[in-house]
Amino acid sequence: MAAGVVIAGAGQAGFQCALSLRAEGYDGPVTLIGDEDSLPYQRPPLSKGCLSGKTDLDAIDLRPAAFYETNRIELRMGRRVESIDRQSRRVTLAGGGDVPYEYLVLATGCRNRELPGVDGVCYLRTREEAAAIMERLETSETVAVIGGGFIGLEVAAAAAGHGRKVSVVEPQPRLMQRAVGPIVSGFFRELHERNGVQFAFGTSAVDLSADMIVAGIGVVPRTELAAAAGLTIANGIVVDSRLRTSDDLIFAIGDCAAFPSRFTGAMLRLESVQNAVDHARCVAGAICGREAGYTAVPWFWTDQFNAKLQTAGLSGGFDAEVVRGVVESGKFSVGYFREGWLIAMDSINQPADHITARKLLAAGGNLTLHQAADLTFDLKAAV
Amino acid sequence: MSLFSRKPKETVSITYISHTGATRAVPVPVGASVMEGAVSNSIDGIVAECGGACLCATCHVYVEESCLGLLEPVAAEEEAMLENTCSKRLPNSRLSCQINVTKELEGLIVRTPEAQQ
Repeated sequence: MAAGVVIAGAGQAGFQCALSLRAEGYDGPVTLIGDEDSLPYQRPPLSKGCLSGKTDLDAIDLRPAAFYETNRIELRMGRRVESIDRQSRRVTLAGGGDVPYEYLVLATGCRNRELPGVDGVCYLRTREEAAAIMERLETSETVAVIGGGFIGLEVAAAAAGHGRKVSVVEPQPRLMQRAVGPIVSGFFRELHERNGVQFAFGTSAVDLSADMIVAGIGVVPRTELAAAAGLTIANGIVVDSRLRTSDDLIFAIGDCAAFPSRFTGAMLRLESVQNAVDHARCVAGAICGREAGYTAVPWFWTDQFNAKLQTAGLSGGFDAEVVRGVVESGKFSVGYFREGWLIAMDSINQPADHITARKLLAAGGNLTLHQAADLTFDLKAAV
Repeated sequence: MSLFSRKPKETVSITYISHTGATRAVPVPVGASVMEGAVSNSIDGIVAECGGACLCATCHVYVEESCLGLLEPVAAEEEAMLENTCSKRLPNSRLSCQINVTKELEGLIVRTPEAQQ
């Protein structure tokens, strides 16, 4: 069998890489290997539409089975890459068999960080885990959520929406601290409290009397395969600005990859659909001879009750935050600045601001604090 | 009553026409979106990168003029994204993830643009 591209991991990044390789005209074999049994699927709806009851769990496949056949993508689901032989350029599969590669793409994603010492806790990363949460939710009156990040709060909002009594514990002093500033944290706290959710901050003490416990306390990159092959690891599989690992024939993309960020000036690992998709496209281009540095603007979103938060850029290390609009109206944006440059914007039910912020950040973030606060100033004029 | 009971899956026929004229009529469940109908039937020309969250403008379609009256108007969120389509935005441009399939949409015809990204 001729060696083609082997993709280890069939989540959003691995799937997109296979898709983009074909879209870019790659003609060799493409093998997509994933350790879950079902067809590749979207993860965002698991904690959003599926939990709220809007989307069927079986309606989130990225593509139907026939798509992979038509596009000559060899799908090996329920299989896991066990080891990489860099000398002979082959991967070995758990349970037997090996596949040769011309290029290897590691899209191994993450695993849940687990809560030590508590049994029967639900986590949410896979379709199977979402199904388990939905089943438990049917018969639970009280729900204890550990972790006031995106996943924890989406679960809390869905459970409260179904009339469950929900409490959330967050070890940090405010919600979604890693991703958003204090104004947005405060807005979401109030929104949840208005909908009956109770919070305890600065603690991780679990209410063990709750009918069900859900932990959303972060994820850990799956780097064991890369580490065993001798690739460089540091909070993820380390790649260069072209997303190559320390082996030129091996790339790493998506949640598992630590890459040099144009925006933070440091190594960065992101867990988002945008990052997975844009990484995948970048690598597909490189394999097809159109190599380019990875420069995409990060963006992500969360849905909680009637609020859609869309974030463009990374606000970590901001020295000023500026509100655009009226927080109490439930429609506003917050611009984050560092040394006078826009570095991120959170938009709540303000999609137009979000889209413009993405463009502004791609162009360098040249917006003044005054312009950000001035509703008569059209953000588009700064792009 | 279960929180997550399966809805009955009545379908309507939706026709997708590519920019080269390739035409396919497929059954799409009521309650799904026109984008989901395309993706689950491997219709070329709809990318739907964000999975239907109205965040990427890669499920852009041109709705057949005679069907425009059947659709709900464009909401603010969709309007913002429609400014970012890869192919030219026209008066009949919509994001297919924002078109919710109802029984009234039986026979809907949409055309997919030449490029989505």
